[in-house]
Amino acid sequence: MSERARALFLGLFSPIIFCLVAGGAVADEATWNSLNMPKGVTEVSQAAYDIHMIMIWICTVIGVAVFGFMFYVMFAHRKSKGVTPANFHENLTVEILWTIVPALILIVMAVPATTALLKVYDTENPDIDIKVTGYQWKWQYEYIGEGVKFMSELRTPQDEIYGRAPKGEHYLREVTEPLVIPTNKKVRFLITGNDVIHSWWVPDFAVKRDAVPGLFTAAWAKTDQPGIYVGECTELCGKGHAFMPIVVEVKEEAEYDKWMAAKKEEAVIYQSTIGKEWTNAELMAKGESVYAISCAGCHQAKGEGIPGVFPALFDSPIVTGPVEDHIGILINGVAGSAMQSFADQLSEVDIAAVIHYKRNSWGNEMGDTVQPIDILNYKQTQ
Amino acid sequence: MAHGPSESFFSRWLFSTNHKDIGTLYLWFSFAMFLLGGAFAMVIRAELFQPGMQLIEPEFFNQMTTMHGLVMVFGAIMPAFVGLANWMIPMMIGAPDMALPRMNNLSFWILPFAFAILVSTLFMEGGGPNFGWTFYAPLSTTYAPDTVNYFIFGVHIMGASSIMGSINIIATVINMRAPGMTYMKMPLFVWTWVITAFLLVAVMPVLAGAVTMMLMDINFGTSFFDAAGGGDPVLFQHVFWFFGHPEVYIIILPAFGVVSQIIPTFSRKPLFGYSSMVYATASIAFLSFIVWAHHMFTVGMPIAGELYFMYATMLIAVPTGVKVFNWVTTMYKGALTFETPMLFSIAFVILFTFGGFTGMMLSIAAADTQYHDTYFVVAHFHYVMVAGAVFSGTAAVYYWLPKWCGRMYDETMGKVQFWIAFIAFNITFMPQHFLGLAGMPRRYSDYGLQFADWNMVSSIGAFMYGGAQLLFLFNVIRTIGWGKPIDDPKVWEGAEGLEWTLPTPAPFHTFSTPPVLK
Repeated sequence: MSERARALFLGLFSPIIFCLVAGGAVADEATWNSLNMPKGVTEVSQAAYDIHMIMIWICTVIGVAVFGFMFYVMFAHRKSKGVTPANFHENLTVEILWTIVPALILIVMAVPATTALLKVYDTENPDIDIKVTGYQWKWQYEYIGEGVKFMSELRTPQDEIYGRAPKGEHYLREVTEPLVIPTNKKVRFLITGNDVIHSWWVPDFAVKRDAVPGLFTAAWAKTDQPGIYVGECTELCGKGHAFMPIVVEVKEEAEYDKWMAAKKEEAVIYQSTIGKEWTNAELMAKGESVYAISCAGCHQAKGEGIPGVFPALFDSPIVTGPVEDHIGILINGVAGSAMQSFADQLSEVDIAAVIHYKRNSWGNEMGDTVQPIDILNYKQTQ
Repeated sequence: MAHGPSESFFSRWLFSTNHKDIGTLYLWFSFAMFLLGGAFAMVIRAELFQPGMQLIEPEFFNQMTTMHGLVMVFGAIMPAFVGLANWMIPMMIGAPDMALPRMNNLSFWILPFAFAILVSTLFMEGGGPNFGWTFYAPLSTTYAPDTVNYFIFGVHIMGASSIMGSINIIATVINMRAPGMTYMKMPLFVWTWVITAFLLVAVMPVLAGAVTMMLMDINFGTSFFDAAGGGDPVLFQHVFWFFGHPEVYIIILPAFGVVSQIIPTFSRKPLFGYSSMVYATASIAFLSFIVWAHHMFTVGMPIAGELYFMYATMLIAVPTGVKVFNWVTTMYKGALTFETPMLFSIAFVILFTFGGFTGMMLSIAAADTQYHDTYFVVAHFHYVMVAGAVFSGTAAVYYWLPKWCGRMYDETMGKVQFWIAFIAFNITFMPQHFLGLAGMPRRYSDYGLQFADWNMVSSIGAFMYGGAQLLFLFNVIRTIGWGKPIDDPKVWEGAEGLEWTLPTPAPFHTFSTPPVLK
C-alpha cells in the first residue's frame, strides 16, 4: 500500500476508532446495555444473550476481514494511480476454500445454537402453570388450579397518549394489574389467543410465544431475582397493538404466597356482591370506568363509534332495545366481527354496570336498571 | 423495414408491444409507486418522531405500514426489475424483442389497475388494509375491514401480471438467444432473471391460493384459517411464507445480477467466478423454498421442525458468501473508478452483507426469540431491501440511462445523491437495530419513553433519505431532457457485452438481424 493510500485509510478510519475509544471511556454500562440485547434474569435469556454475542463476534471478524480487504482494494487498485487491470477471472482453489470454510464455521455455530434452543423448549415439569390469553387489547392471566384469574390492561390514560397531559415515567409500561410470579419456581406459561394472534414477550425472560386462537404454545421462566419486568405484544393485533403491555412482578416466595392468599380471598368477597341490589349511582360510576377501559377503544368515548368499522352506541337498536338482547351481545359477542364475547373477560358486576351505563348515557334514556344478578341468570339460562 | 414508434402519444404507450417502451413504462410506474410508498413511510416516521399519538390515529398508522409494505414490494421493487429486464434482456442476448410482446403489454397495463384498486381502499369507509403486508389471518379475515376484498383482487391482478412477465422472460431467454449465445455465456443479469422468473412462476400461485382461501373464509363461510370452524391460523402463515420467502429472493436476485454487471465494468476486469455465481444463484433459489418457517420461530413449532428450519436457513450463508467474495475479488487488481453506478454497487455489497450478517443472527432460533417481530427485523430487511434492491436499482438506472436516452446524467449530482442516500440510509436504519434489541416491537404506533431518542434519529434520517429520491428524480428528468448528448456505443470504458455494441441511444428496434458471436 502506498503512502497516500495509507494516509487516506487512516483519515477515514480514525474518526471511527476515535468514537469507539471515546465511547468506551465515556459510556457507562447502562448506556451500552440500552444498545444491546438484555442479558435478562433467566437461564434461557442468558443463553439467548450468549449465542447473540457469539454471532456478533463471528460477524464482526468476518466483516472486518471482508470489508478491510475491500477498502484496501478500493484504495490500492484505483485507475487514477495508473494501474493496469489484471485479467484473471477464476481460481478453483480459492473458490472451493471460500465455500468450505464458511460451511465449517456454520457447523461450529450450530452446536451452541442447538443447545440454546433445547433450553427454550425445556418446558417439562413446571412448579406453576399460568394460562395467558391474548385479547384485543389486553392480557388475561389464569393461575391453573388456584381459581385465580384476572385481566391486565394498559393503565396509561388517553390524555397522556394524545398529548393532553404530560407523559408519566412509566408511559405505556404500566398495567391495571401485573402478573405476579414467585422466585425460584419454574413457571410455565401456556399461551393462547382469544380473537386474533398476539404474542407474549418478556425480554428479560427471553419468553416470546405467539398467542394463537385455538392453539396453546408453551414457554417457561425461573429466576432468583425479584423485580418488575416489562414486556410487550409482538404480533400485530389491530389498532391497540402498541397499547397492551405486559408487566410481570417477581416476588420472593413468602410474599407471593401472601399475595396469592389475598387474591383468593378477594374472589370469595366478590361472590357476595353479585346478589346485592346496586343503586343507579353505583352502577353508573362502575359502568363508566368499565366502559372507558373495555369499550371506548372501539365504540369511542361518547358511544359515537367509527362509521363503517365500529357501530355507534347512541340510539343503536341494541342499546335502545330489549335488555336481554343487549346482555346477549356482551355475553356472546357477534360472530364474524370484532365484537367479542365478554363473558370471560368481565365480571357479572362489570357487565351489568356497563350495560346500565350505556342505556342511560349520551342521550340514551332507557331508564331501566340492570343488576349483576340479571347477568348471572342470563348466563345460567344459556 | 424497421418501424418507428407510433406518432400518437396514446397509441404509442397504450398499445405498445415494444420491449423498450414497455420497459420504460414499468420503470416510470415503479418510480411513481416508490414515491407513493415512500410518502407512506414519511407518514409513519413523522408519527414515530416522538412518543404519543400526534398526527394520525393508530388505525390509520396500521394502514400506512401495510400499504408501505405492499406498495414497495409489489409496486416499486418488483416492477422496477421487470422494467430493467424488459429493456436489457433482449439487448443482452441479441434478441429483437421479447418472445410474447402482446402479453408484455397486458402484463404491464393490468398493474396500474391493481394498484388503483388497492390504494383506493384508503378513501373508502372502513379504511384500507390494516393487517400488515404479511396479512396474518384471522386479523385479515374475521377482523378485517370490508375493503379486504379489494385488497384480495388487487393481489390477484398483481400476481397475474408477475406470472405473465415471468413466462415472457423465460420464453425469451430459452428461445430467442442469438446464435452462439450459449447458456453459460449469458450475462449474469440474464441468469439471475431467469432463475427469478422460475421462482415467480412457482410461488405466485401459492400467494393466489392464500388470498383465495381468505376470500372464501370471509365471504363463503369456509374455515381454512378459523380455529372455531376446525381450521388453523398457523396454516395461513405456512402458506404465506412458502410464497413470502422465495419472494424476498425474487426481489434480491435481479439486484445481484445488476451488481454483477456494474462491478466488472468499473473494475475494468471480467467478473470473477462466473460459473460459481450462476451455481450460487441457483442454490439460493433452491434453498429459498425450504426455509420458510424461519419467519415463524415463535409460533410454537415442534423442536424438530425448528431445528431443521434453523440449520437450513444457516446454509443460505454459504452461496451468499460466495457471491460477496466473488464481487470483492472482481475488484481486486482491477483499475477502479467510482462513477455513481459503481458507488451504489459498492454500497450495495457492503450494506447487503451487513444485512446478511443480521440475517445469520436471525436464523439462530434461540436468539430469534428475542429478535422476532422487533425493530431489529425491520432494520435487517431494510438493509437487504433498500440498500440491496433499491440501491442496485438506482445503480442500474444510472448505468444504463445514457444507453437508453443517449444523454449523460450529471455525475456530480449523482454522487451528491449517493452520499446523501448512503448516509441518510444508515442514520435511518442503523438505530433501528438498537431499538429492536432494546425491546421495541415493529408495527407500533406509539412507544415508551426509553425508545424516544433513537426513534427521533431514525425519523430524521428517513426524511433525508426521502429528499435524496427527489434529487434522483430531478437528475433523471434533467438527463432525459437536457443531458449532454453522447454517441459512444460503449458509454463506459470497461463495459462488455452485446448491449454495448448497439448504437447510443439504443434505436427503437435492435438486433432485427441476430448478431454473430465469436
